[in-house]
Amino acid sequence: MTTTVEVPGGTSRGRRVRAGLLLQRQGALFALVLLLAFGAARYGSNFATGYNLSSFTGDTAKYGLVALGMTFVIMTGGIDLSVGSVAALGGVVAIKVSEHGLLPGLLAGVAAGAAVGALNGVLITRLKLQPFIVTLATLLAVRGLALNLAGARASVAAPGGFQKLGNWSLLGLPVAAEAMFLAFLLGAAALHFTPWGRQVLAIGGNVDAARLMGLPVARTTFSVYLLSGALAGCAGVFLGSQNGSVDTAAGLGWELTAIAAVVVGGTLLTGGVGSVLSTLVGVLLLQLIFNLIVFENGEGSITISSYWESVIRGAFLLVVVLLQVRLVRRRNATGRTT
Amino acid sequence: MTDRRTADPTPERGAPATPSTDGAPVAEPARGRTTLLRGGGIRHVRWTVWAQRYGALAALVVLFVYNAIDTPFFLTPQSLLFVLLRQAAPIAIVAVGMAIVIGTAGIDLSVGSVMAIAGQVGATLVLHDQPFLLAMVAALLVAAVCGLFNGTLVARFGVQPIIATLILFIAGRGIAQLITGGALQPLANPEFQWIGLARPFGVPAQVFIAVLVAVVAWLVMRLTVFGRYVLAVGGNEAASRLAGVPAARVKLLAYVISAALAGLVGLIAVSANSASDANNVGLGMELDAIAAVAVAGTPLTGGKVNVWGAVVGAVLLKLLQNTLISHGITKEVAQIIEGAVIIGALWLQRHEA
Repeated sequence: MTTTVEVPGGTSRGRRVRAGLLLQRQGALFALVLLLAFGAARYGSNFATGYNLSSFTGDTAKYGLVALGMTFVIMTGGIDLSVGSVAALGGVVAIKVSEHGLLPGLLAGVAAGAAVGALNGVLITRLKLQPFIVTLATLLAVRGLALNLAGARASVAAPGGFQKLGNWSLLGLPVAAEAMFLAFLLGAAALHFTPWGRQVLAIGGNVDAARLMGLPVARTTFSVYLLSGALAGCAGVFLGSQNGSVDTAAGLGWELTAIAAVVVGGTLLTGGVGSVLSTLVGVLLLQLIFNLIVFENGEGSITISSYWESVIRGAFLLVVVLLQVRLVRRRNATGRTT
Repeated sequence: MTDRRTADPTPERGAPATPSTDGAPVAEPARGRTTLLRGGGIRHVRWTVWAQRYGALAALVVLFVYNAIDTPFFLTPQSLLFVLLRQAAPIAIVAVGMAIVIGTAGIDLSVGSVMAIAGQVGATLVLHDQPFLLAMVAALLVAAVCGLFNGTLVARFGVQPIIATLILFIAGRGIAQLITGGALQPLANPEFQWIGLARPFGVPAQVFIAVLVAVVAWLVMRLTVFGRYVLAVGGNEAASRLAGVPAARVKLLAYVISAALAGLVGLIAVSANSASDANNVGLGMELDAIAAVAVAGTPLTGGKVNVWGAVVGAVLLKLLQNTLISHGITKEVAQIIEGAVIIGALWLQRHEA
């Protein structure tokens, strides 16, 4: 699943490293299973209902799509801060165009996101500007564009086809959730089984080496920003269709939620290493914390303010980051002794 | 992070061991369309170098002159001091701290959350009848502890700055909200609110504070060992460590300074609003501050600190916004233009290499 981490084996230290790596790769999965078991045990049948499952996954889908794009960007050693604004733009555009039908709205939202992604990609690959600051600038500019298109008001979708997309269920799961799961499966397949996926990891691992090997560095880098933009636009479409509107604060801070999910999933921000499915686990985990808080309050025995949500998420990120640091250090130490 | 130092052909090898604090027009032997001796290599100084170094200042002057001619009542103390500078001062103060952190090749995303925490601590203490001075000192100390947290993660644990400060960015606002359960705290305490409302000599106190902070930071960067160390660590951390620079301590201190300045601005914001609103204080401040630093041409890869550039950048972005809005351009379109200006500044910066 995770790639390009070589594991020095043999010694007892090596075994410990391997156990540690397993924790790094699958720690989020362990935590997710534990929390799910905890939820099921504590809140019983209410928690494990199809209703909770479908509303939870439907809500998570937006963040999942954004985090998927972010995963590829981070694997190349870059970052995309503009995704929240792009989602807002995608939602606004989709609502505007959806007057002409559901499919044009959906496509227009995704295309708007892809256009911003392409702009990011051109600025980063052709003008060779730093991804952090380029996408910071587009974060500002695209939010301005989205607000301007919406007339600085919430855009409200006409009742009908477009809103159906958000509430539509297939086989018990919302379409948004199914789109997310499908996107992650395709993403994982692309990473592992296509030359493009290997190029993404190669560029993140060592961009100079990748260039010397003759890999299309600029094209591949461009493509990850394009993908990230398109997925963020798609997330915005689902946001708009689920809520029936896109307000002026839509997508604020999504970039950081997505980065946190990627990191919790075990992808290193230095690039070159990463796992697509672990990001999915990371997203589900961070959202599950919120879901559990809602249930805990529903129990009524104690009331946890929703403000705890961000504190718990931050603490979670801290634990994961410290674990990663320990592992990387131990791996380096082992590398030296063997 | 986004660091691709290996990939872009910056002239690092020819650069002097301690890069210059630019913006200070003394260290450079020559400028303009002449040649410049740098580390043994003679190279042409193109207009882009000039544009990179003084572009933000030039843009500020142009905008200023344009407004002086075109905008009614622009050249009044009311407009200059109480609209432009008073609005720019908080961003400038945070941007100075951000510039130092960026100088160490770091970034501080947590400034907005730290503002909210410090404001909440200060306001809560004042409302519980503590002396205003104690409240302020306590708030600044709490902010400094936040910086210590960031710095420890970055310097001792080697966590990437963007992630290390992301933790407090996410959790910090929650902590600030939890202090009062998210409720707004109105306050009326003239002594405490001096930093946000007073106008000694007819100038808003926060403008004084911003200038003071910038002067002190500039002197520290130019005259102290710490200032040199920041540049050395940001320029090449491994080399600086081999040269005996206490890199970890330098980075730690940089984050503490940034957080303490953010805390100060949090107190100013609370004072100016006559209320502590943990939900909104400092929202987006990290972006404003980073943009102010970047628009002045300071590379985000570290090794350079341009204190006055950060101040000029903060005033420039604010003046740009106000100019556009006063010409009937909506805030949203102004935001688009602001983004384009940042990209333009970056593009100029790239040409220096």
